[in-house]
Amino acid sequence: MTEGARVAGSTEISKAIPKHYPFFIDLLIRLVRQKPLGTVGGVIVLVLFLVGIFAPLLAPFGFNEIYVGGPLEQPSLNHLMGTDNIGRDLFSRIVYGARISMYVGLGASTIGAFLATAIGTISGYIGGKTDIVIQRLVDAWMCFPALFILLTVMAIVGPGLVQVTVVLGILYGIGSSRIVRSTVISIKNNTYIEAARAIGCPVSKTLLRHVLPNIMAPIIILFTINMGAAILAEASISFLGFGIPPPTPSWGGMLSETRFMLQAWWLAIWPGIALSIVVYGINMLGDALRDLLDPRLRGGLGRYGGVSKKLIKENKRQIARATIKN
Amino acid sequence: MSTYIIRRLILIIPTLILVTIIVFLSVRFIPGSVIDLMSATMPPDVTADAEDARAYIKNVLGLDVPLHVQYARWFRGVVTGDLGDSLWTGRDITREILNRIPISLELGILALITSMIIAVPIGVYSAVRQDTIGDYIGRSVAIFCISLPGFWLGTMVVVFPSVWWGWSPSAQYIPITDDLGGNLLQFIIPAVIMGMVMSGTTMRMTRTMMLEVLRQDYVKTAWAKGLRERSVVVRHAMKNAMIPVVTIIGLQVPVLIGGSVIMERIFNLPGIGRLLLDALGQRDYPVISGVNVVMATAVLLINLVVDVVYAYLDPRISYR
Repeated sequence: MTEGARVAGSTEISKAIPKHYPFFIDLLIRLVRQKPLGTVGGVIVLVLFLVGIFAPLLAPFGFNEIYVGGPLEQPSLNHLMGTDNIGRDLFSRIVYGARISMYVGLGASTIGAFLATAIGTISGYIGGKTDIVIQRLVDAWMCFPALFILLTVMAIVGPGLVQVTVVLGILYGIGSSRIVRSTVISIKNNTYIEAARAIGCPVSKTLLRHVLPNIMAPIIILFTINMGAAILAEASISFLGFGIPPPTPSWGGMLSETRFMLQAWWLAIWPGIALSIVVYGINMLGDALRDLLDPRLRGGLGRYGGVSKKLIKENKRQIARATIKN
Repeated sequence: MSTYIIRRLILIIPTLILVTIIVFLSVRFIPGSVIDLMSATMPPDVTADAEDARAYIKNVLGLDVPLHVQYARWFRGVVTGDLGDSLWTGRDITREILNRIPISLELGILALITSMIIAVPIGVYSAVRQDTIGDYIGRSVAIFCISLPGFWLGTMVVVFPSVWWGWSPSAQYIPITDDLGGNLLQFIIPAVIMGMVMSGTTMRMTRTMMLEVLRQDYVKTAWAKGLRERSVVVRHAMKNAMIPVVTIIGLQVPVLIGGSVIMERIFNLPGIGRLLLDALGQRDYPVISGVNVVMATAVLLINLVVDVVYAYLDPRISYR
């Protein structure tokens, strides 16, 4: 292939690319193509959801069925991860634990996303005194170490799955509202918002139809990151005894029963591994999504300011693909 | 510079007042049943019968006067450094907190040092070798560290050495004045775990900052002068990239304090976190309010210090 043909090919891609997919499908395609680690993370999240949804089918025993085996039995073919002190199958409990983590993760980050969007847009778009008041409140709230406020509020509302989810949602919602607010402020003065205002679009409609679609990227990223953080936080407070009470199989709660761990190492291992893998996967996915969605970080300006090798390779591949097509 | 600090100090005041209001109101949400529970489990020598106990607790919590009076009363105490007495031990809360601060502080500082030792070299390497295998490994390590549940690592450190070698961390707190070596040995394990968990964020921040600095003109100049890579990276780039990383210390203080709750619990250290946990378990509300207010103030002040240090380090920032 001559140099000239390559240049001709590269102009071809710009024509070839406009094939338009819906936003999420496009995102998924880009994720799989460009971010192998993010894809692995996505698969882990998918597996968590599938295990959570189909827990009753996957678990050989009930999560609270006692003496299905002997107490503190080693991992074996019958009990893949062993049994605990009252003979409950650990594997079944881990599988049901995935469901708990899924509830908390999805629930808390959904509440958080709504709250962050509401606070952030109102504070950022309306501005002025409203903004000042809201921001001082957020400031004050952010002074409290997350775990402190979490433990304190949990002690007040009492332990339970719903309580944990709602409290975590509110906590992350207020925390994330900062980022939403700054995004709203950065797009507020764009011409399209001005145009909407000029044609007499009411504030509520402007926010919903013009602002919201343009702040979706940080909201999606925050949603993912908060999900990982919420799962980890739930495990931490359940470990400390303020989260989800036993016998509900929360991974964190399972790790708090340290009494029998000296005799049975498997009690200390499996919940921790499950938790680490899930949070790692979610964080990987969140990281990849941030790279894909945040235009400021998009494209690698490689070593010491050059173009990265990977980007060059990617470009070459696209050029080759385009030339083959023609 | 001093006007800047004074201005910032004045700006802190409204936030602090809001903090006290939040803490005050949260105590107000105590359900009535908790007072029942408290009166039922009250030490017998304090009160004779249940009605008395209720009245006593209401009096101690200050629930028997109107809301604004309660707040004013409590706020005056907070400002003058009198946080009241514990419901259970009857001890002065301010003194109790002051006694425990050195323990949490030692743990926090050791953890911070560990996290820097882990994070900075990996972060710098990751940036210098962007988009190579080394960078991918470095970034994966960073995310891995963020994802690690600290309490799980702590539990494993307690469980496994004891199973394998019969060694377990000291269950008794060793004061630094009694035995320096024993004290450090006791603190270093939880500190390393906390440092590991925290290092992920610092690592990523270091990498981002290095990437930004490496594209600056003065780095190109350094290259053009024919300096060695080592000299360009360490002397010209790192020095500038580290300034914003200082701010991350401020951002991580709440994480640090939170992490200390878990580590103090696992490793039996009588710090602030333990105080809060015990108080929460016993529903010792004056202690809970006190600890929360002190911690929030600490976070505010540390952030102020970090901002001032940042302004001092970076001459481009003007102190208005």
